[in-house]
Amino acid sequence: MTPVRAIVAKELRSAFVSPIVYVVGAVFLLIFGILSYLAVINAGAQAIRVMQLQGGAAQLNLNDLVFRPTFYSTAIILLLVLPILTMRLFAEERKLRTFELLLTSPVGINEIVVGKFLAIYGIFLGLLALTGIVPLILSFYSSFDWNPVMTGYLGLALIGALFLATGVVASALTENQIVAAFLSFGFLILFWLLGALGTILGDTALGQVISYLSFIEHFDRMVRGLIDTKDLVYYFTGLVFMLFLAHRVVESQRWQ
Amino acid sequence: MIEVQDITKRYGDHTAIERVTFSVEKGEVLAFLGPNGAGKTTTMRILTCFMPATEGTARVAGFDCFEQPQEVKRRIGYLPETPPVYQELTVTEYLTFVGRIKGMGKKDLHEGMERVFERLSLGEVRDRLIANLSRGYRQRVGLAQALIHDPPVLILDEPTVGLDPKQIIEIRELIKSLAGSHTVILSTHILPEATAVCQRVVIINEGRIVAVDTPDRLSARLRRSEKISVTVRTPPPDLGERLRTLPGVTHVLEQADAGAFLLECELGRDLRDEVARFVVNSGWGLLELKMISMTLEDVFLRLTQDEEGVSAAAAPEPTAGGPVNA
Repeated sequence: MTPVRAIVAKELRSAFVSPIVYVVGAVFLLIFGILSYLAVINAGAQAIRVMQLQGGAAQLNLNDLVFRPTFYSTAIILLLVLPILTMRLFAEERKLRTFELLLTSPVGINEIVVGKFLAIYGIFLGLLALTGIVPLILSFYSSFDWNPVMTGYLGLALIGALFLATGVVASALTENQIVAAFLSFGFLILFWLLGALGTILGDTALGQVISYLSFIEHFDRMVRGLIDTKDLVYYFTGLVFMLFLAHRVVESQRWQ
Repeated sequence: MIEVQDITKRYGDHTAIERVTFSVEKGEVLAFLGPNGAGKTTTMRILTCFMPATEGTARVAGFDCFEQPQEVKRRIGYLPETPPVYQELTVTEYLTFVGRIKGMGKKDLHEGMERVFERLSLGEVRDRLIANLSRGYRQRVGLAQALIHDPPVLILDEPTVGLDPKQIIEIRELIKSLAGSHTVILSTHILPEATAVCQRVVIINEGRIVAVDTPDRLSARLRRSEKISVTVRTPPPDLGERLRTLPGVTHVLEQADAGAFLLECELGRDLRDEVARFVVNSGWGLLELKMISMTLEDVFLRLTQDEEGVSAAAAPEPTAGGPVNA
């Protein structure tokens, strides 16, 4: 059993003992359910309107009317929910002084960071998989294109990884869990707003750079069903950079 | 086994330890003795590679703590001041986790677990959540964590804190039983504890080593005499010599305050009655008379005030008349 696996196992165990995962999971799934329900109702209302206008059976596009808005809202929900999952990862270790055990054991800091990230990412993917019940149910009653749904899920999985890695950094910065959660909220919202700033600046060089940095544009393409290498590169470099940053933060604390 | 050379650790302007030098032989048990905040924990944290020193080198089993931390960590079992336990795990789960991050295989882990359960009498709580254990049990779980991979070097930061007297004795016996096969550094601020389990004591105060000696020699010096402080209202000029003539008095020191004297008496004799009678009968007016007990702080004060530059002289193997001989 490698140290990373030991850390993943321990983190999963700790996560499922604490109520946080259950509460966060339940709230997240509930909100996802409500969001998709509202989207379906809205789609139905639109269908009726179209029928009244055109007087015939309308061809509803569930991809456009249900999944896309749901995925967008879900990304925002993740931005609020995921920092709660990551806040205790390092902050608690420091508060309870178990940090000393980890850092005086022959495990590398990179193994600690990766182990903690993988554990929490696994939990997140599990939650995301549970939301799959919505498209599954809809597929019994209507037909839609599964491909954009899958790329949308891929987008959520990637954006979630980035959010979680950001949360890991924030948790490493402080021993206060609330502070850790707020740091990651703030940072993620800031990056979200960068997208709006990029739109304002438009097609200038600066505008393009800023738009590229914000995750919104990359996410948008995936939800529309496009997988561009550029976006994958963005998420992977972002993830690696964040985990590297977490490593440096943990390392730097040894010097204080 | 452990060599520490001129280690200094600064936090900003604050110097936690300064030019600390000592070494520990294989199989030796060494105590770090000092008041709170003296720098014991800082020194241990440097040795366990938790934090690097600002200056100086530390080597454990031939490996440099800064250059080859993984090699050092593999050979050390460390019990920090606060037992580093996860409350949400059971004792078995916790020790399994610790064993795995220390790179133990399944078989080693199983054997190690049985060994520490037996040595620390933890078997009966093995399936209990650590959150539900008493302070004493948590401390023992912390010790189990340090011992599980049977490391050649053990660094224990105040291992008996929070234990009841019976458990303290058990832990001391355990540490004694580790001597010879293991190299142990433990910290304490309790002098008898150091005396009970250690072959050598490093006294550290305000970040500097003030003495290195065996506990026997240390305590012999500490108990070399009983001390009585006496203050007299109208002392005759030769009061010092007159007091010296009292049977049992070995030394008389005149204090800075007028009429105040410090008497050193033979070990085990309480001369307060005699001194009181002597002063009162002579009509000098007895203002104060009290027994001075030699506290650890007194030792520190004496060592730090009387012996300038003692830390430089505090070689690993001090001579019989070493630095403590104030």
